[in-house]
Amino acid sequence: MADSGSEEIAVIGNTDLTPSESENNLKNTMVEKGTSLLKKMEISVAEAEKRTGKNAVNMQETYTVYLIETRPVDAASEGTNPVPDSLWRRYSEFELLRNYLLVAYPFVVVPPLPEKRAEFVWHKLTADNMDPDFVERRRVGLENFLLRVASHPVLSTDKIFYSFLTEENGWKETVFETGFQAKADSRLKALNATFRVKNPDKRFAEMKHYGDELQSVISQLLRVRARAADRLYGVYKVHGNYGRVFSEWSAIEKEMGDGLQSAGHHMDAYAASVDDILEEEEHYADQLKEYLFYADAVRAVCRKHELTQFELEMAAQDLISKKQQREELATGTVRTFSLKGMTSKLFGQETPEQREAKLKMLETQIEEGEELVKERKTECNEYVKSAWVDIERFKEQKDHDLREALISYAIMQISMCKKGIQVWNNAKECFSKM
Amino acid sequence: MSDPVVDNAVPSGNSSVAIPTDISGQILDLDEDDDLEVFSKGTTLTEGSSFNASMQTSPASLINQYKFEEEEDGDADTKDIFVTVDNPESIVTAIETFVTYRVMTKTTRSEFDASEFEVRRRYQDFLWLKGRLEEAHPTLIVHPLPEKFVMKGMVERFNEDFIETRRKALHRFLNRIAEHPIFSSTDDFKIFLTAESGELTSHKKQGPGFLSRMGETVKAVAASVRGVRNRPEEFTDMQEYVEAFTQKIGSLDKVSQRIVREKKEHLEELKESGPIYTLWSQSEEELAEPLKRMAGCLDSCCKETEEQVKELNDHLIPVLHEYVLCTETLKAVLRRRDNIQADFEAKTEALAMKKADRDAESKVLSLAWDSLVGRSPEEVKQQKQQKLKGEIKEMRVELDKMEDRMEWANNALKSDWTRWQKVMRTDLRSAFVDTAERNVNYYEKCLAVWESFLHSQRTEAEGNGKVDSS
Repeated sequence: MADSGSEEIAVIGNTDLTPSESENNLKNTMVEKGTSLLKKMEISVAEAEKRTGKNAVNMQETYTVYLIETRPVDAASEGTNPVPDSLWRRYSEFELLRNYLLVAYPFVVVPPLPEKRAEFVWHKLTADNMDPDFVERRRVGLENFLLRVASHPVLSTDKIFYSFLTEENGWKETVFETGFQAKADSRLKALNATFRVKNPDKRFAEMKHYGDELQSVISQLLRVRARAADRLYGVYKVHGNYGRVFSEWSAIEKEMGDGLQSAGHHMDAYAASVDDILEEEEHYADQLKEYLFYADAVRAVCRKHELTQFELEMAAQDLISKKQQREELATGTVRTFSLKGMTSKLFGQETPEQREAKLKMLETQIEEGEELVKERKTECNEYVKSAWVDIERFKEQKDHDLREALISYAIMQISMCKKGIQVWNNAKECFSKM
Repeated sequence: MSDPVVDNAVPSGNSSVAIPTDISGQILDLDEDDDLEVFSKGTTLTEGSSFNASMQTSPASLINQYKFEEEEDGDADTKDIFVTVDNPESIVTAIETFVTYRVMTKTTRSEFDASEFEVRRRYQDFLWLKGRLEEAHPTLIVHPLPEKFVMKGMVERFNEDFIETRRKALHRFLNRIAEHPIFSSTDDFKIFLTAESGELTSHKKQGPGFLSRMGETVKAVAASVRGVRNRPEEFTDMQEYVEAFTQKIGSLDKVSQRIVREKKEHLEELKESGPIYTLWSQSEEELAEPLKRMAGCLDSCCKETEEQVKELNDHLIPVLHEYVLCTETLKAVLRRRDNIQADFEAKTEALAMKKADRDAESKVLSLAWDSLVGRSPEEVKQQKQQKLKGEIKEMRVELDKMEDRMEWANNALKSDWTRWQKVMRTDLRSAFVDTAERNVNYYEKCLAVWESFLHSQRTEAEGNGKVDSS
C-alpha cells in the first residue's frame, strides 16, 4: 500500500506558535481559500488516545487513535455551538486515504502526512511513537493534512474523502471497493521503472529537478538544525550550574550573599527558558518537513507525466512500425529484416491469400493503433494541463507558506533575544549588588 | 642599615640586599634593633588594624603611617603609581628562547629617583619578585601569577594567544602589587620596576643560598608536622571559608569553560546553516530574496556569537582562573601562619620544660660524680643553676620575639584578609557585571538583525509581494 517512500511525512503545527502572527496563518489561509467543503464544515483533529486491540495476526498491540471532529459552519457562527460530529481514526487509515488520493488524482500534488517515525531529532526528543510530544505534533500534522485536502479545489470534492470525515464504519470497505488497490500497485511499478522519454515537457523536467533540489536542501537544513538545537540546549542548561554554584557560594559570603543568590535564580530561569525556545523551533522544523515531503509528491506528479508521455511515444512508435510493415507487404519490398521475410525467401513466397490476410490484420491493428495514439495523446495533453495547473497552485502555496515560515522563525528568534535581554539585565542588576 | 638578616616580623623595606627568610623563628639579629623596637609588644601594635610599612628606618616615622583600612576608598585619587605591562618580544639566544615584556612605570613617589621608568622583564623575573614578597611577608596575600605551564592542550609558550593572556595576567599582577600598601613600598618592587637587566640580575643573585632555603623548608615541614594547638577561632573560620571558596570558585571556573565550549560547538553548527539557505535561494524565484536575507541574518548572528565567545575568553575566564590560583595562595598563607604559631607553641613548651628542669635541679643533691671530680656539691649546684638561669633568660627573650612575630603575623593576615576580600569582591563583581552586560549587548545585536529581517519581509508584503530589495 505504500507509495514510493513518501509516507514518512511531517506537517506543521502552526497553531502552537505563540507570539507569532502567523500563528493561525496557514489555517486561516486555507479556510479563506474557501473551497465549498470548507465553506460548509469546520474540520479538526481534536484529540489523541491510546487504544489496545488485536491486530491482523491476532496479537495485542497498542496504537493511537485520533478524533476527527466536523461541525457545520453555520451552526458555529450562529452561536448555538452544537456538539460536533466525530469519529476516531488511526494513522494507517490516514495513509489509506492518501494512497487512494494518489491513485485517483495522479495529476495532483497530494499533501503529505506527518512523519511516520520521528526523524531529524535532536537528543531531547525520543523517536518513540508513543512519546506524548510526538503524538501531539502528529495530531497537529494530521489536522493540517485534512485541512490541506479540504482546501484543495479538486481533492475537496472527493466522496471517499468526505466519508473519511463522516462515516466511521465501513469506510475502509468503501475505499477498497473502488478498486484503487490494483491501480496502486501498477502505479508503483511504473513510477519506479526506468524508461527514457524522447520529448518530455521541459517544465516538468525542470520541476522534477526542483523537487530534487528542494528535498536535498531541506534535508541538510533539518540535519544542521537538529545539531544546532542540541548545542543550544547544552549552552542554556550549563548556565543552570551557575545557579547552583552561586546559591552555594552565597551561603559562605556576607555582603555578597544576596546579590549572588538572586543572580543564581536568574541563571536558573535562563537555563529553563530553552525548553520553550526549542519547542517553538520544532514547529519551524515541522513546517520545513512538510515541504520536504511535498517535494516527493511533486516529483511523483512529474514522473507520472513522463510515464504518460512515454506510453504515448510507445504507442506512436508501435503505430509507425506497423505502418511500415503494411507498406512492405503491399509493395513487396523488405526494408526491415524479419524472420518471416527470411523464411519466405528461403522457402518461397507466400500465397496471395496469405498476404491478403496479413494485410487485413495489419489494417485493423493500424486502426486500433491510431485510436490508441489519439487516446494517449489526449490523455497526455489533459494530464499536462491539469497537472500544470496544480503545480502552479502548489508553487504559489509553497512560496507563501515558506515565506511565512521564515517570518515566524524570525519572530521566534526575536522573542528569544528579548527573553535573553531581560534575564541578563536582571542578572546584571543582581551582580552589581554583589 | 643594610644588614643581611631580616625577620618575618619586619618589613623588608630597608634591605637592598637579598635576605633569607626566617620562617621558623630564628633568633632575630639584634642589629635590627631599630625596627625591632617598633614592633615589640605594647608600643605600636594596636588591635591588629594599623600596619606600618615604610622604607624609612626611624621608628617614629614608622608609626602612624599607612593604615590598612584607609587605603580602600579614593584609591583613584590617591594613586601615585601607574604600571603597565605590554609589548611582548621573543628573545633568541644561543642557549634558550624566551619572551620579555616591557614594564612601564609612572610615579610621583619620592622614593623613586625619576618619575618614569621603562624596563624589560621576563616571566622568571616576575616569579622572583613574587617569591621575594612571599618570603618577606609570609602571612600577606600576594596576587597570583599566571601559571608556568599550560597543561591542557598543546599550547606552546610562544603561541600568540598564550603570550597575550600571560601579558594581561602579568599586568594585573603588577598592578595588584602596586595597589598593596606594603608590597608597593618594598625595595624589591622598586628594583623590579626600575633596575636595568644587569642590575636586577646581580640583585637577584644576592638571594638566600640553596642550603639556607633548604633549611627553611625543612623547618617549615617540621613545623607543619608539629601542628598548631590552639588556633584562634577566626583563623579556623578563615580556613573553612577558604576551603569552601576553593570549591566554589573552582566550579565557577569549570562551568564558565564549559559554557565557552558549548557555545563554540553551537557556533560551528550555526555557521553551516547560512550557506544552506544561500544554496536554496538559487533554486527559488519568489523565495530567493527572503532566503538570501535569512542567510545574511544567520551569518550576522554567527559573528556576534564569535565576538561573545571571545569576550568570555578574554575577560571572565582569566579572572576566575586567577582566583582559583588565589586559593592556593590563601591556603599557603594560612599554613605559614599556623607554622609560626606552632613554632611559638613549641618554644613555649621548651621554656616550660627548662623551667621544670631548673626547679627539679634545685632539689637534687649533687651526684657522686661531681664529688669525684672534686667539686663541692654546692658549687656544682650553683653552676648548674646559673647555667639554667642563663638559658632560661635567653629562651624568654627569644620567646618574646617569637610572640611578637606571631602577633605581627596574625594581625598582618587579618588586615590583609579584609583587604583581599574587598578586592575579590570588586574583581568578581565587575567580572560578572561585565559578562552580563556583554550578554545583553549580544542579544540586542541579534534582536536588531532579526527585526530588520522582519521589517524587510513586511515591507515586501505591503509592496504586493513583489520581489525587490527594500
